[in-house]
Amino acid sequence: MDATDGGARRLPAERAVTGAHAALTLAGVGREVDGVLHLHPTNLALVPGELNVLLGETGAGKTTLLRLIAGLDAPSQGRLLHAGRDLTGVPVRERDLAMVYQQFINYPSLSVRENIASPLRLRRRPAAEVTARVAEVASALHLTEFLDRRPGELSGGQQQRTAMARALAKDASLLLLDEPLGNLDYKLREELRAELLQLLAARRTTVVYATTEPQEALQLGGHVAVLAAGRLLQAGPTLAVFARPASLAAARAFSDPPLNALPAVFDPADGRVRVAGGVWLQLPAAAVARLRAAGTRALLLGVRPHQFRLSPGEGGPHVLAGQVELAEISGSDTYLHVACTDGTVVAQLPGVHAFTLGAPVRLQVDARGLLGFATTGERLFAPGDA
Amino acid sequence: MARIDFVDLAHRYGGSDTPWALQPLTMTWEEGGAYALLGPSGCGKTTLLKLVSGLLTPTRGRLLFDGRDVTALGPRARNIAQVFQFPVLYDTMSVFDNLAFPLRNRGWPEPDVRRRVQEVAELLELSGDLPLQARGLPADVQQRISLGRGLVRTDVAVVLLDEPLTVIDPHLKWLLRRKLKQVHAQLKVSLIYVTHDQVEALTFADLVVLMESGRVLQVGTPEALYAAPAHTFVGHFIGSPGMNLLPCELAEHGVRIGADTLRLDPPLLAAARRMLATTPAAACTLGFRPEAARLCAATDPDALAVPLVSVQPLGTHWLLRVSIGGHPAWVRAADGVVPAAGRVPLRLPSSALVLFVAGRRVAMPADPSAVA
Amino acid sequence: MLLCVAFSAVLPLMTIVNYSVQDIISPTQKVFVGTEWFQSVLRDPELHAALLRQLLFCGCVLLIQLPLGMAVALAMPAQGWRASLALVLLALPLLVPWNVVGTVWQVFAREDIGLLGQLLLRAGIHYNYAAVARDAWLTVLLMDVWHWTPLVALLCYAGLRAIPEVYYHAAAVDGASRYAVFRYIQLPKLRGVLMIAVLLRLMDSFMIYTEPFVLTGGGPGNATTFLSQYLTQKAVGQFDLGPAAAFSLVYFLIILVMCFVLYGLLQQADGPAAAAGRRQAP
Repeated sequence: MDATDGGARRLPAERAVTGAHAALTLAGVGREVDGVLHLHPTNLALVPGELNVLLGETGAGKTTLLRLIAGLDAPSQGRLLHAGRDLTGVPVRERDLAMVYQQFINYPSLSVRENIASPLRLRRRPAAEVTARVAEVASALHLTEFLDRRPGELSGGQQQRTAMARALAKDASLLLLDEPLGNLDYKLREELRAELLQLLAARRTTVVYATTEPQEALQLGGHVAVLAAGRLLQAGPTLAVFARPASLAAARAFSDPPLNALPAVFDPADGRVRVAGGVWLQLPAAAVARLRAAGTRALLLGVRPHQFRLSPGEGGPHVLAGQVELAEISGSDTYLHVACTDGTVVAQLPGVHAFTLGAPVRLQVDARGLLGFATTGERLFAPGDA
Repeated sequence: MARIDFVDLAHRYGGSDTPWALQPLTMTWEEGGAYALLGPSGCGKTTLLKLVSGLLTPTRGRLLFDGRDVTALGPRARNIAQVFQFPVLYDTMSVFDNLAFPLRNRGWPEPDVRRRVQEVAELLELSGDLPLQARGLPADVQQRISLGRGLVRTDVAVVLLDEPLTVIDPHLKWLLRRKLKQVHAQLKVSLIYVTHDQVEALTFADLVVLMESGRVLQVGTPEALYAAPAHTFVGHFIGSPGMNLLPCELAEHGVRIGADTLRLDPPLLAAARRMLATTPAAACTLGFRPEAARLCAATDPDALAVPLVSVQPLGTHWLLRVSIGGHPAWVRAADGVVPAAGRVPLRLPSSALVLFVAGRRVAMPADPSAVA
Repeated sequence: MLLCVAFSAVLPLMTIVNYSVQDIISPTQKVFVGTEWFQSVLRDPELHAALLRQLLFCGCVLLIQLPLGMAVALAMPAQGWRASLALVLLALPLLVPWNVVGTVWQVFAREDIGLLGQLLLRAGIHYNYAAVARDAWLTVLLMDVWHWTPLVALLCYAGLRAIPEVYYHAAAVDGASRYAVFRYIQLPKLRGVLMIAVLLRLMDSFMIYTEPFVLTGGGPGNATTFLSQYLTQKAVGQFDLGPAAAFSLVYFLIILVMCFVLYGLLQQADGPAAAAGRRQAP
C-alpha cells in the first residue's frame, strides 16, 4: 500500500511498489459526519490481489474506511479510483465486492446451502454451477456436513464460516473483512485464520482485513495500513512497517504488548544513551551516526517487549531494575509488567513463568532492535538504517 | 470464606437421554484460593458456575460449603457474591449506595456499613467516585463498582467472577487484572473466575480448572498446564499455537515418529510401558511446545534434521512449519536466525518432551507437577 | 413530500386561523375582527369550567391507570401459556372502538337493565349516571380505566421483560427484598416506558370525546362536558365558527405545549442523570 497523509505531508515511510494495475485507490478520501471528522483525507492504494490489513484500535477509522471502500457511505471529500475510473458515486450494488462482518450475519430462515448459494442465485447463475461452487466453498470451510442446517443451529465458529463461505462463493474481485474473527474464541480464531489465509493465497482477490490486534496483523502478513484517531499513520509491507515504524504513534499503534518508550539522553561523545536510574545503553553505529548528524540530545527510546530478557547477573549497562507489578500469561508467553524508575515497562518472555507480585527483577535490553524517536514523535533511527 | 466440596456432582438439562452438561465430578476447592474455570464455549464451565451460585439445582450429587450441604439452597441463601460479564448497577443509586446495598440488605449497622464501604472503595480506587451516581460512569469504573459489591461483604463463602473483563478496553485490562491479583492477595477471599480466554485464566489464577465436554481435564498451576498438561487437549488448548502433538510408537530407547526417532529419558519410557501394559491398544502421542524446540548446529549429536515446510515471520519471532516423521509441527525461532529452505537441524530437549498414552500424560513416579 | 404535508396539515390549519379572525355572517359576508374571538373565548366562564373539569379528569386517569397498569404487569406471569392467555385477555378492551365502549357502559351501568346498576341497586346504592353528576363522572372514569389500563399494563409488561435476568440474579445474591427489587431495579428500568405511558394517556384523555358523548351527551348539565365536546357544541351545535376556530387554536396550543413539556421530560429521563453521574474533570 502506498500512502501519504492527507497529501500534505509525505511520511518517510517504506512504500511498496504500486503499478498502473492498482486495484483500488483512495485519493484524498475523507469523511465528516455532523462536523465530526471520522476520517482525515487519506491517500491509499490497495495492493491488488493481496491481503491489505487495516490496523487500529476501536474508533481509529477502520470501519469508516471499509464502508467508504464498499460504497456504503459517500466520502465528504476525495475520490475512489479503480483502474483510472472514478467509482465515488457508484452504488454498492453495482460494485464487484463481498463483505464479512464481526457479527455473524446470515439469512436466518435459509439453510447453510442456500445462504452460500444466495449471491450466485442473485446473479442468476446456472443451477449446475451453483451446486458445484457451493460444494467447493463448503468443503474448503468444513461446512459440508452442515449444509442442510439453519445458521441458528450452528456454533458461532460455524456461523462465521457460513458468512465467509457466502462471501467467497460470490468470487468478487474485492473482499472486505471487518474484524471477522473478533467474536470467536481464541482457538477457533487461530484455526479459522490459518484456513482463511490458505484459501486467500490461492485466489487473486484483493482483500481488505480490518483488525484491532497488532499480532493478528503480523500473522496475516501482506500489507498494512496503520490507523489511529481517524488518521492514516503509515502503510506498507506489514513486516517492514512493524520493524521500521515511521513515528512513535505508528509504533504504539502497531505494538501489543505496548511499546516501551523510555525518555533518554544521548551523549555524542561516547555514543551512549542514558535512561532513568543511571542506566546506559550502547547504540548501534548507524543509530549513533544519525543522532550525531541530527545533533539530538533528548529522545525517546522505543523498546519492544520482546527485546527484554531476564538478566541473571547484577545491574550494569543495558539492565533495568524494578519490581514485578503483574505477570500476564498468554499461554505461550509471559508479559511481565515491571515498575521501574521511569514508570512501568513491559517485557515479553517466551514460555510460562510464575512471579510473585512486588518481587525485584532485572531486565536486559537487546540493543540491536532499538527504535529512536524525537520528543515530537518522528523516528530518528530504526534497525536496518544505512 | 469457605472450602467447597463437589461430591459426585453432575448436571444435565434434559432427561436421561441427553448428555451430561457436567459429568459427575468430585473435587475440593480450598478456602481462600484463586481458581479459574477455563474451557471452550460449551465445555460446562457456565453450568458449574450456576451450580455453585445456586441458579441451577444439580441432577445428582451434592455441594458442600465448609461441610454444610447447600445443594438445595437458592442464590440468596448460599451466601455468595457474584460479578457478571457486564456491569450490573443499581442505576438510581450513588456509587456509595451501590456498594452499601448488600450490607444494608443484611441489616448491618450504618457506621459499620460506612467503614466497610470506605475500605473497599479505597482498595478499588473508587473513593473519589463514592458520591456520584453510578449510571453514566465509564465502563471500567462501573465494572469496578460491580466488583466492589462482590467484595464488600466479609462473610461470603466465595466470590464468583463471570468473564468480568469483557467490557474493559484492551489497554485497561492489565490494570484491572493487577487489581484483582492485589485484591486477592490482601483480602484472601475465595475467588472463582470463569472464562474462555487463556490469558484471563492463566494471569489471574493460582489454580486453573480446565474443562472440556463437561469434564474437568486438569486442575493445576499455569506452569503445570503449560509444561505438564494432563491431557492432549490441555496441551492443545493452552498456548497459541498450542503444543505440537505427534502420533508415535515406543521404541527401544525412545519413540518413533514416522521415520524419525527421538530419545526419551529411561524413567519416562518405563512409565509409558507400564501404562501401555494396562491398555495395550492405546495410541501414544508425543508433545512438545513450539517454544521449547531449538534450532541447533547440524553437527549437534542430538540434532534431528527435519524438512522445513514454511516460515511465518511474526515481527518478534518466526514460526517455522516443519514436518517430523510426516506430521506437521510448529517451531518458534528467534527473529533473525532463520534458516533457508530444505532441512533444518532441530533439538528437542528431553525435559521438554511430554508423552501421552490414550490422550493422558505419562506421569513419572513422584512427579510433583501431576496434580490431576 | 412537502406538498403532501402542506395539503394535509397546513391548509386546514390556515382555514381555521382564517375563521378565527373573522366574523362570518353569511358565506359571502365576512368581517375581520382581529383578536376579538380569542378574547371572548379566553374569558368564557364555561370554557374555564370545562378546562378545569378536563384537568381533573386527566389527573384522575393518570393517578389510577399508571399504578394499576404497573401492578397488573407485575402480577402477570412471565412466560408459558399463562402469559399468552393473560396478554390476550388484557388486549381485549383495546380492540373495542370508543363509541362501542360508551354504548356498552351505557347499558352496563343502567339501574333497570344493566348488570352493574342492578348489582349496586341490590347493594342499596342508587346509581344514576343520567341524573347525578358524580355518578356520570365515575362512569366515564371507570370506562376509561377499563378501556385503557391494559395499554399501560402492556407497556409495563414489555418493559419488565426487557430487564436482563442477570439483574434479578444480582439482587438475589445481594440479598435484596422484593420491595428493593421493585424500587431499585424494576422502577428505574421502567422509567422510559412509564414516561411514554404518561404521554400517551395524558394526550388521549385530554382529547376524550366519544365516551361521555355517547353516555350522556356531556350531562347531566355540564358535568361531563370536556374540552373537545364543548368545542363541538360551539362549532356544530351553535354554528359559531369564529369563536370555535379561535377555541380550537387555543386547544391546539395547549396540547402542543403539553407535548413539548412531556417530550422534554422524556428526553431528560436519560439525559441529566447520566450527565450528573459523569466524572468531574480532575
